[in-house]
Amino acid sequence: MKHSAATSRIPRLPLLKRWRKLRAVALGAAACVWGTVATAADPFPTKPITEIVPFAAGGPTDVIARITGEHMSKVLGQQIVIENVTGAGGTTGITRGAQAKGDGYTIMMGHMGTHAAAPALYPKLKYNPEKDFEPIGLAVGTPILIVAKKDFPAKDFKEFVAYLKANQGKVNEAHAGVGSVSFTTCTLFDSQLGIKPARVAYRGTGPALNDLMGGQVDYMCDQIVNLAEQIKGGKIKAYAIATDQRSPALPDVPTTAEGGMPQFQVSAWNALFAPKGTPKEVVAKLNDALAKALDDATTRKRLLDLGGILPDGAGRTPGALGDLVKKEVARWTPILKATGAVGE
Amino acid sequence: MSDLVHNLQLGFATSLSLLNIVLCLGGCLIGTLIGVLPGIGPIATIAMLLPITFNVDPTSALIMLAGIYYGAQYGGSTTAILVNIPGEATSVVTVLDGHPMARQGRAGIALGIAAIGSFIAGTISTLVVAALGVPLSELALWFGPPEYFSLMVLGLTLAIVLVQGSLLKAGAMVLLGLLLSTVGADLETGQDRLTFGFDELSDGIDFAVLAMGLFGFAEVLRNLQSFEVQPQVHTTIGRLLPSRADFKQALGPILRGTGLGSILGILPGNGAVLAPFASYALEKRLADDSSRFGRGAIEGVAGPEAANNAGAQTAFIPLLTLGIPPNAVMALMVGAMTIHGIIPGPQVINNRPDLFWGMVTSMWIGNLALLAINLPLVGLWVRLLRVPYRLMFPAILIFCCIGIYSINNRPGDVLLMAGFGIVGHSLTRLGFEPAPLLLGFVLGRLLEEKLRQALVLSRGSFLPFVTRPVSCGLLIVAVAVLIIALLPAVSKKRAQVSLT
Repeated sequence: MKHSAATSRIPRLPLLKRWRKLRAVALGAAACVWGTVATAADPFPTKPITEIVPFAAGGPTDVIARITGEHMSKVLGQQIVIENVTGAGGTTGITRGAQAKGDGYTIMMGHMGTHAAAPALYPKLKYNPEKDFEPIGLAVGTPILIVAKKDFPAKDFKEFVAYLKANQGKVNEAHAGVGSVSFTTCTLFDSQLGIKPARVAYRGTGPALNDLMGGQVDYMCDQIVNLAEQIKGGKIKAYAIATDQRSPALPDVPTTAEGGMPQFQVSAWNALFAPKGTPKEVVAKLNDALAKALDDATTRKRLLDLGGILPDGAGRTPGALGDLVKKEVARWTPILKATGAVGE
Repeated sequence: MSDLVHNLQLGFATSLSLLNIVLCLGGCLIGTLIGVLPGIGPIATIAMLLPITFNVDPTSALIMLAGIYYGAQYGGSTTAILVNIPGEATSVVTVLDGHPMARQGRAGIALGIAAIGSFIAGTISTLVVAALGVPLSELALWFGPPEYFSLMVLGLTLAIVLVQGSLLKAGAMVLLGLLLSTVGADLETGQDRLTFGFDELSDGIDFAVLAMGLFGFAEVLRNLQSFEVQPQVHTTIGRLLPSRADFKQALGPILRGTGLGSILGILPGNGAVLAPFASYALEKRLADDSSRFGRGAIEGVAGPEAANNAGAQTAFIPLLTLGIPPNAVMALMVGAMTIHGIIPGPQVINNRPDLFWGMVTSMWIGNLALLAINLPLVGLWVRLLRVPYRLMFPAILIFCCIGIYSINNRPGDVLLMAGFGIVGHSLTRLGFEPAPLLLGFVLGRLLEEKLRQALVLSRGSFLPFVTRPVSCGLLIVAVAVLIIALLPAVSKKRAQVSLT
């Protein structure tokens, strides 16, 4: 453990610095064109901001980071550069972010996995979601859907639940890998129902969805953005959405409360964090830029089209995010520990 | 049929707008360049270019990004042929005969036939996507874990045919490849396996890290050690483009490769990587004198290159018709579409026919553009071989390092690549070939994944592998290939070949 940390740190600095420098030069040139030539006395930000996204480019969290980042860049007058640092269920990228200088020039897009589920799944986690960050603000929540293969025999959510309980030895649940959103949320679902289905592990939502569409597996839980189009196209069936209100993106899908399971409410939230020690006024500025992005008509529409839930006034403050993290860590830890799984 | 014509008209109306032609050309050119640079792949490039596509129409953005993707496939074979480094998983096979051709002063012919083969394959497979995309995507859904596992088993038997030297050594390499593919967190429990406590390894070894190490770094080391005089490209650049006879020899392999690539490209889970291996194995079997393979056989370049490009095109089918990305680049395309407010799924083709058909037709335009870009460039690329080693080697190493770092932004990957460079060099010195190792590695992950998924689904029973017809058929073919390969007569022939 210690050994690996040491070996990874030796080469990291020079390479990273050089790369950053190169990129800063290029972006500096871009910033000049933008029309804001910075001097040292100017207030934050005077140079491009790196936003670490701990998942691969193209995934739901990355898409949200890029959509919000685009408008935030306009508000801040400096480019926000997305850096995808992947690995270990997002904890690699967040670890790097947590260790970065707290000056506001390195921020990160954390999510339910990295800031709520990770402590239970990664015994060697090098950061504490509650203590090692300055929360900036909640960006977008993406509701969780419970979906099944298109010829699944149940007519509605109640029947679906009854069928699962009666046939738990026969049904197969697909998930996108230990530690993924689809794994953690379905763990909660299964444990609330008290069932133990066969859980088939896939690497990512794509292959899992493929086998669900092909009818090889019976059901899965995942974020709305990954499933909405396949539901609309009739390739899979949606039984419920785990929010208190129906989603405008899928108005025909009832909520879990309507289906008699109000206790299953879960969303994969994405939120911006800065490293511990980032000055209050810098955090406030970033929070303001995020809020303006969420109010911008184009950005708002793009996020809503994905099925996202945008926080309102009180839910947007750094304090609210801090509370959310506390609440979520407390909620997920016992459920996930009970499975004995270790994060990938 | 009239539907198809109508749709293609709609598509060309979209893809032939000035902006889209410019973006398509631009994408192809960027793709070619990054494909040529060892280690720098389309994933990092597309991710970096995503922001600049924000302000153009989604169709145009996707046309450009797609151009980068298949442009990189063209460019990757250039590096494979000229400097013995496969830029992508799919150009590993091109190295086997492409580089020997370059050493014989036939680099231009190899590059030319690769470009022409890719163009023919691209044209045919574009038609496949246009005409059969929707029905074929349904077919892919039948391919459950047992079928996929059996396909991977069949894929492994190809290794036997790939071998140029000792069968035993090749087998050992395949096993080593399989073993390396199991490094990292266990699929079901998440427990680390074979990581020796290094966090960097918990997500497994990246293919590019392994390939750049085994081929890129090792190639440089090998050349440094042997103090080899640069191959005689100075004097014998020879013909720059394939002759009529070359083309005649390559046409069959190109068409067969296109067929294989088109089918395998549709499969979920990146079946396309198997296509060049399968094509190479098929051509070697069909050849009158299989001993030419590995020593600069033109069929060994033409077939796999065509298969590679056909697979790259048909890989768009699951993305565009089901919304399921079959590989990492396609996953990135999902992101690009999503950012533009078009979430890929089964409805894209109905809701946005301009986007679907515009993209399909732009693939053909892109392939034409790539032929136009690449054929004139052949002369330039061949001249690159004249660059003195003291300049070329540091450049290769630097590009490998930058490229590997850009994939995951992890410095540990660069060190790992250097480590594999030393391993690769030692293996070559000991007479082990790296190609079977890479085949084992590529197939290993899917092999294990699909086996375990199938066993969870069957509650531990192995029966589905033989009771499901497609799976059973694939296994029978695999056994047949093995038996033919191990028949005494064939083995004797192999022995004679290795003596000569």
